[in-house]
Amino acid sequence: MSEQVDNLIRKEYAAGFHTLIDADTLPPGLNEDVVRFISAKKGEPDWMTEWRLKAYRAWTEMAEPDWAKVKYPPIDFQKISYYSAPKSMDDKPQSLDEVDPELLATYEKLGIPLHEQEMLAGVAVDAVFDSVSVVTTFRKKLWEAGVIFCPISEAVHDYPELVKKYLGSVVPQKDNYFAALNSAVFSDGSFVYIPKGVRCPMELSTYFRINEMNTGQFERTLIVAEEGSHVSYLEGCTAPMRDENQLHAAVVELVALDNAEIKYSTVQNWYPGDAEGKGGIYNFVTKRGICHTNAKISWTQVETGSAVTWKYPSCILKGDNSVGEFYSVALTNNYQQADTGTKMIHLGKNTRSTIIAKGISAGKSDSSYRGLVRINAGAEGARNFTQCDSLLIGDQCGAHTFPYIESRNPSAIVEHEATTSRVSDDQMFLCQQRGLDAEKAVSMIVNGFCREVFRELPMEFAVEAGKLLEVSLEGSVG
Amino acid sequence: MLSIKNLSATVGDTTILRDLSLSVKPGEVHAIMGPNGAGKSTLGNILTGREGYDVTGGSVEFDGKNLLELDTEERAREGIFLAFQYPVEIPGVSNMEFLKAAVDAKRAHHGQEELSSVEFMKLARETCKQVRMDQAFLKRGVNEGFSGGEKKRNEILQMMLLEPRLCILDETDSGLDIDALQSVSDGVNAMRTADRGFIVVTHYQRLLDYIEPDFVHVLAKGRIVKSGTKELAKELEAKGYGWLDSEVA
Repeated sequence: MSEQVDNLIRKEYAAGFHTLIDADTLPPGLNEDVVRFISAKKGEPDWMTEWRLKAYRAWTEMAEPDWAKVKYPPIDFQKISYYSAPKSMDDKPQSLDEVDPELLATYEKLGIPLHEQEMLAGVAVDAVFDSVSVVTTFRKKLWEAGVIFCPISEAVHDYPELVKKYLGSVVPQKDNYFAALNSAVFSDGSFVYIPKGVRCPMELSTYFRINEMNTGQFERTLIVAEEGSHVSYLEGCTAPMRDENQLHAAVVELVALDNAEIKYSTVQNWYPGDAEGKGGIYNFVTKRGICHTNAKISWTQVETGSAVTWKYPSCILKGDNSVGEFYSVALTNNYQQADTGTKMIHLGKNTRSTIIAKGISAGKSDSSYRGLVRINAGAEGARNFTQCDSLLIGDQCGAHTFPYIESRNPSAIVEHEATTSRVSDDQMFLCQQRGLDAEKAVSMIVNGFCREVFRELPMEFAVEAGKLLEVSLEGSVG
Repeated sequence: MLSIKNLSATVGDTTILRDLSLSVKPGEVHAIMGPNGAGKSTLGNILTGREGYDVTGGSVEFDGKNLLELDTEERAREGIFLAFQYPVEIPGVSNMEFLKAAVDAKRAHHGQEELSSVEFMKLARETCKQVRMDQAFLKRGVNEGFSGGEKKRNEILQMMLLEPRLCILDETDSGLDIDALQSVSDGVNAMRTADRGFIVVTHYQRLLDYIEPDFVHVLAKGRIVKSGTKELAKELEAKGYGWLDSEVA
């Protein structure tokens, strides 16, 4: 079987093309002037520039974390360019008609049409190309519902009070090395504000694309859901195929006020590097949400791309009766490495959290689940259920689980279940004896393994995720 | 339909089939009996192309094709079906999804269009009734949490939907109580037609009270040592397999 599996896992990365576009790219290197330059480029007010500089200064005194079970050569942060924007964005287009056709074509090619009439019904998209947001669709319709969905660079100008109040409120500048770096140099990202009692009338989605060479992408997303509001948000990511590694260090902050609900889904398909482990994106991301009373935050992620992933979408369950959920599928193939999981911090009474993590390792890859469940002393009646399942394809990959449980309240109930299994020869033989080819058999078995997570995704994306898994597994059967 | 000539096979260094010859014509039911370790299950595995076996001599023709040259899935699509002794679970993959994929693969192979979901659903429900399976099983994961009897019924359900030319039943009676044995046998008997052949592998004569064979073969040490009619099965039941050793020698 392993030979079949090997062939299957080898498929071309479909999003690996590069768009020839005239870009305004800052030379590599990072210092206070670069931070000021980015801030000036965005025409930011002084408070924002200061906020960034504070982060930069903190960063210079921090050390890169080394506790994750991933290996990569040291990153020279002075060799990365911290800003790149398509030149045609200088005079910001006012409508889709004014957007560079090359840019629109890029998104078409990726299957993300930005013309509203052609779009998936009911999904608004913010498209971020290298360092800037190129277009946000359906803004008018959302505006009518009172929903703000715009590039964060615009929010700084148009909604300074909201940004001042919430930016860094969940992930402070000094939170960790990569969050500090992001806080200093982030160039764009999405801002979402759902007013009190409003149920967002459509799915919101941001599509991130790295295009230029030697640039890092540092986007910042901030979602604020006022009391009793509801929003479902999805992000997708791709990058061209390159021999060099590229850095992606994003920060996402979610604020769910009393009785609000935020559902955040990610389909991450950054370029994973080639079959020999050359190239690929370093995906070092900090995502965290805070839940006030009776609020709920649900993270769903399907991680198939990136050479190295370091990512722990987390929930701070501050308010009583608040709920945190984490559903994850992380697939690694060839030489990919993923160290991913979540943190559920229970502070309020009767807070509940659910963690369902599915890791699939193929080729020579390594996949780790790392999770923390912390029940603070005041979290009477807190409850957590964790289930970690690992599936191995072939005999040269690894799967690891690092669960940390800290309970300081005797009334809390914490459950942890874990399994490790393989795609067995018996399962493959059953499928093939019934007429399915090896490729179909593996994708069916893997999809079945991920079912509990896929059903948490919005319908259109669940299908996409299944297909993506199939492509990512190609060459894994041999 | 199936013509096995002087088939020899090994697993690693061990010879498990020696010069085995067997011919199955449409409409015939052949029972293969024999002691444990005689190579009964091996025969089914080799005919279906399972990995891990080396054919060292002989030939197998199926409907005029050299079966040994075909991949496992091609043999299946050509109409060879193996009902497993121990069906495995495929968690999270619904029975319905699995069955439809199998039926579609076979139809595509024969140049037929895929069935629509509605058509397939209807067909699957009707077939469930025939094997007295609750339709709820269609929604559950393939064999996931099924009892022994349910797993075997599920095998028969798959067999009915795929309408194979040659059915190989590998110790289908093992682990079945009388009621389950009855319904599984009813399913098999309903499929006995003039254009379909069966190879029924079993250790015990009991199954043959329900599925009456046309021929009975005794397999020992990798070869057929005696062939006869269903009376042979009764004789084996009475005498055991030991007495055959003297005859072979």
